[in-house]
Amino acid sequence: MSELIRTDASELGQLIASGQASSVEVTRAHFERIAQVDDDVHAFLALTEDAALAQAARVDERIAAGEKLGPLAGVPIAVKDLLCYTQAPTTASSRILEGWVPPYNSTVVNRLIDAGLVILGKTNLDEFAMGSSTETSAYGPTHNPWDLSRIPGGSGGGSAAALAAFMAPLAIGTDTGGSIRQPAAVTGTVGVKPTYGGVSRYGIIAMASSLDQCGPDARNVLDAALLHEVIAGYDPRDSTSINVPVPGVVEAARRADVKGLRIGVVKELGGEGYAPGVEKRVGEAIDALVAAGAELVEVSCPHFEQALAAYYLIMPAEVSSNLARYDGMRYGLRAGDDGTNSVENVMRLTRGKGFGTEAKRRIILGTYALSAGYYDAFYGSAQKMRTLIARDFAAAFEVCDVLVSPATPTTAFKIGEKVDDPLAMYKSDLCTIPANLAGIAAGSVPCGLADEDGLPVGFQVMAPALADDRIYLVAAALEHALEAKWGAPLWSRIPELSVSDKTSDKGDK
Amino acid sequence: MGQQMVLTRSEVAKLAALARIELSDDELDDMATQLDIILASVASVGEVAAQDIPPTSHAVPLVNVMREDVVSWTPNAEGVLAGAPVVEDGRFRVPRILDDDEEA
Repeated sequence: MSELIRTDASELGQLIASGQASSVEVTRAHFERIAQVDDDVHAFLALTEDAALAQAARVDERIAAGEKLGPLAGVPIAVKDLLCYTQAPTTASSRILEGWVPPYNSTVVNRLIDAGLVILGKTNLDEFAMGSSTETSAYGPTHNPWDLSRIPGGSGGGSAAALAAFMAPLAIGTDTGGSIRQPAAVTGTVGVKPTYGGVSRYGIIAMASSLDQCGPDARNVLDAALLHEVIAGYDPRDSTSINVPVPGVVEAARRADVKGLRIGVVKELGGEGYAPGVEKRVGEAIDALVAAGAELVEVSCPHFEQALAAYYLIMPAEVSSNLARYDGMRYGLRAGDDGTNSVENVMRLTRGKGFGTEAKRRIILGTYALSAGYYDAFYGSAQKMRTLIARDFAAAFEVCDVLVSPATPTTAFKIGEKVDDPLAMYKSDLCTIPANLAGIAAGSVPCGLADEDGLPVGFQVMAPALADDRIYLVAAALEHALEAKWGAPLWSRIPELSVSDKTSDKGDK
Repeated sequence: MGQQMVLTRSEVAKLAALARIELSDDELDDMATQLDIILASVASVGEVAAQDIPPTSHAVPLVNVMREDVVSWTPNAEGVLAGAPVVEDGRFRVPRILDDDEEA
């Protein structure tokens, strides 16, 4: 039974559909694993065991009755605690939403349930998805299963760690500046940020609305594609949702053929500040793609060097506006309401107590960037820079089909290493931010372990808007080539976690 | 940009007041130092301030979305009030909205 937790999601779906395993059995195996290892990893903020077992039983009944369900029916999944789900509190890892149970489901959660997926629980993240390490979570950091003293990336570190610790075969992430791809990179898993507007944001707590995008996390490329297909597609409840057919991501992941595909290497995403082990593995991945028939093109995107600066003005500006709604009046924490304080004082006290340092820092930075007198120099200029970055992408995609780079400049750093140095932390997203600014699709796929520390390296693939299928095409081709060389998937080298014999439900924390 | 960015402690205090965030003295000290470093590092975007480049606010063109005027699901009052910090008579109860000096 324990091998069920290491089985690919696509195969679990087949086992369940053919009656060789039940969804209840598969779901129980994952809760057992969570009980054994999550005290050390801390990937989950809440478990929804009762609802999950009911969802699993329903799938089993429908299959027994002869119904034909989708390829992931009955397969368990972990959901980032930024998506509204009525069966558990949705906290965004913030004290200001502690214990808040949403009165409705996000569209993505509804699509998961409709497709028969079984929601195990909610995963840890940086507070309001602001961070690259999960260390800004008000509920404590998540630990990287490859080395528990290291960060699992962020903001979606809980989802990525749940995969790498075999507590879930699939997970949901969101990506504003790299929060799907960077955690995937440092945990040796796969994560894709779809084209902006490709997946509904309805019911997902907003950080920076022009950049936020929800996407799939998995241990292999095909599983990510199957999940992408479940969650993507037009939603009338999201005004930025794109009303076009979902790109053929599953077909691309199965085809995995890069013959004749033009692969552009971004000159600016490398060199100083990049770990040697990261550059070496990424270089070898490019060689592997060339050996598989791809054509290599070197491209220059000169404005990418300003992407981080533009992002750290645009994102905080949107944050300062989006987080204004947490005022302690209609939901969430209220502080200082002692009968003497005015509403304004209560708001100040509530936000002072409810927000962590990084959230406060970004709100204040955004308030400054939008101030009269500074607007042109900061926010206005950042929006112009955003245009130039989008033009760099457009020019690059004239001469190549996809762009590639490291997903993040280094491997997983130590927990605590960058907590007091926000600028160093922000640089984790150097390679991932341009895609969010331009709204294009991008993903990270494992390309090996760095020589210096034996930790996973992520390979980023970027494709034009609505060409998400190319991410899967390239990622799957690389996965096949590297696994042929290694003789096994990268995740087979994740060290064994010590297993506690605790079997009780740990419930909400 | 050229000029030295300096975000003072009192400016941070003013911004925090505008953003309705109570900060302790220690938080103000740390915030002023860190924001100054961050602002200095992002100031380079200002090099395009004077250039004639259209600004991008969204990666995809935004159009207003309308729907048919039919009844659809909305959360009921009970569900919405279930998450409220204080409820009175089926409504959100809020603190008084006037400060002492504003009262007649």
